Amino acid sequence: MKAHKIFAWIAIAIGAIYFLVPLIGTFEFSLRMRRGVYSFDAYQSVFTDAQFRATFGFSMLMALVTIVVGMFLIVPTAYWVRLRLPQMRPVVEFITLLPLVIPAIVIVFGYLRLYNSSSWIPFTGSTQGTNILLTFSYVTLALPYMYRSVDTAMRTIDVRTLTEAAEILGAKWPTIMFRCIFPNVMSGVLSGAFITFAIVMGEFTMAALLNRPAFGPYLQLVGANKAYEPSALAVIAFAITWLSMGLIQLVSRFGKLSPARP
Amino acid sequence: MTTASTSFIDRRTVIDWLGIVPFMVFALAFLIVPTLYLIVGAFFNPAGEFTFQNMVDLFSPSILSAYWISIRVSVASALGGALIGFFLAWAVVLGGVPSWIRSSLLTFSGVASNFAGVPLAFAFLATLGRTGLVTIFMRDWFGFNLYSTGFNLLSFFGLTITYMFFQIPLMVLILTPALDGLKKEWREASEILGASTWQYWRMVVLPILWPSLMGATLLLFANAFGAIATAFALTGASLNIVPILLYAQIRGDVLHNPNLGYALALGMIVITGISNILYIWLRSRAERWQK
Repeated sequence: MKAHKIFAWIAIAIGAIYFLVPLIGTFEFSLRMRRGVYSFDAYQSVFTDAQFRATFGFSMLMALVTIVVGMFLIVPTAYWVRLRLPQMRPVVEFITLLPLVIPAIVIVFGYLRLYNSSSWIPFTGSTQGTNILLTFSYVTLALPYMYRSVDTAMRTIDVRTLTEAAEILGAKWPTIMFRCIFPNVMSGVLSGAFITFAIVMGEFTMAALLNRPAFGPYLQLVGANKAYEPSALAVIAFAITWLSMGLIQLVSRFGKLSPARP
Repeated sequence: MTTASTSFIDRRTVIDWLGIVPFMVFALAFLIVPTLYLIVGAFFNPAGEFTFQNMVDLFSPSILSAYWISIRVSVASALGGALIGFFLAWAVVLGGVPSWIRSSLLTFSGVASNFAGVPLAFAFLATLGRTGLVTIFMRDWFGFNLYSTGFNLLSFFGLTITYMFFQIPLMVLILTPALDGLKKEWREASEILGASTWQYWRMVVLPILWPSLMGATLLLFANAFGAIATAFALTGASLNIVPILLYAQIRGDVLHNPNLGYALALGMIVITGISNILYIWLRSRAERWQK
């Protein structure tokens, strides 16, 4: 009894060292820019960099558009599959899991071959087109997470009864979708949104190969050229991930209290 | 009457299927067709003739060595992550540590399993790089020069321990529910029957847990195999793993044969595909005991 408890604490200690030392190391390194004393100079250098603001803003905008496009695609699909096409559930679920199986670099390689400027649908022929393609690539990457969180939220409500009740009260299709279904799966929509946000902010492969000025390629560029700024950026990136995950926990706690149970 | 009702059903069926058309069109256009394009292209030569030559060329020494180092890094980080992850999950589920440790470990794992890419490389450079915290700490306090031992963060070993930072939390997240599924009655029953702790683990726990363990390890393997950003930021192009070779091929046709590039992509899909199929099969076996 005693021995296994000691063993458990050893495991926790090893885990804590493995997880915390790199974080402490990164933070410590980010403070070392001024010789001899700790300072926040690296952060100041990062925040005053015009390119930081431009790429951060670009990725933020991309993340928001991705979330909106993704949710307009996924919520109605998940709803429809539950209500009318339960036989298609395994197929849709399988498709949403594919982005975890096919590496992102392979997917973007396919885009570059299929949608280049000399093809039928020349997405990469213009900046605007490339931005749209990048958005769709992010929706693809986020598909497994978005679908799962929306579908989990939908499981807790009775979609069929809600729809029938709304129909009896004379609601039309948009009313059912946006005033019945969306509000009831809001916890799933939001947790899907936050994880998408975290993914898009740090994404490197898609943006780099589509040549868009996103945050991920900027991080890589700074890493190759500067000494202390990368650590400051890693701390910032970790804070973003932590914030997104914290918000998911908060939302799922709210979600357990609120869904309508007809 | 009959004809009217059949046509009504038909119309309804058509509407039913129309409902998932947007999703299907999206999936075809941005996921399935681009991937199939590469898969089909892998079996043609640049002149457009069907050939298996690209498959044969995959076995040239430079490409084979890229696959080999990718597989080694993925296997090593998956096994290391699985081992440490298993002990951590075991400690918080069965080790009798306070419950706040369990909840903080799970929260942290949720964050850390998503903390990959370029920033993760920066974190390890700042810790174990030539002027990193741990390197300097060991030098100043123990007079131990890490880099004189031949250690290099920009290497197979360095990449493996960096990948383990997101592999361990992923293992914790997958295994905690599996360990929660071990029923107290099984332990009591085996104790009543006179089994030792070792016998209980070997003859009860392991047969129940091995599909979860194997499945999760395979998922970790696939996870590491497809990753590129961390390796790219950590080693530049100096460590020739498959995703980095593919990146160079997409950027500048370093293999001097676009169709060989498709074959390289096909090889990645085959490897991650097989490990995911095995994972799904093992998970369905594991779920039998979690009900």
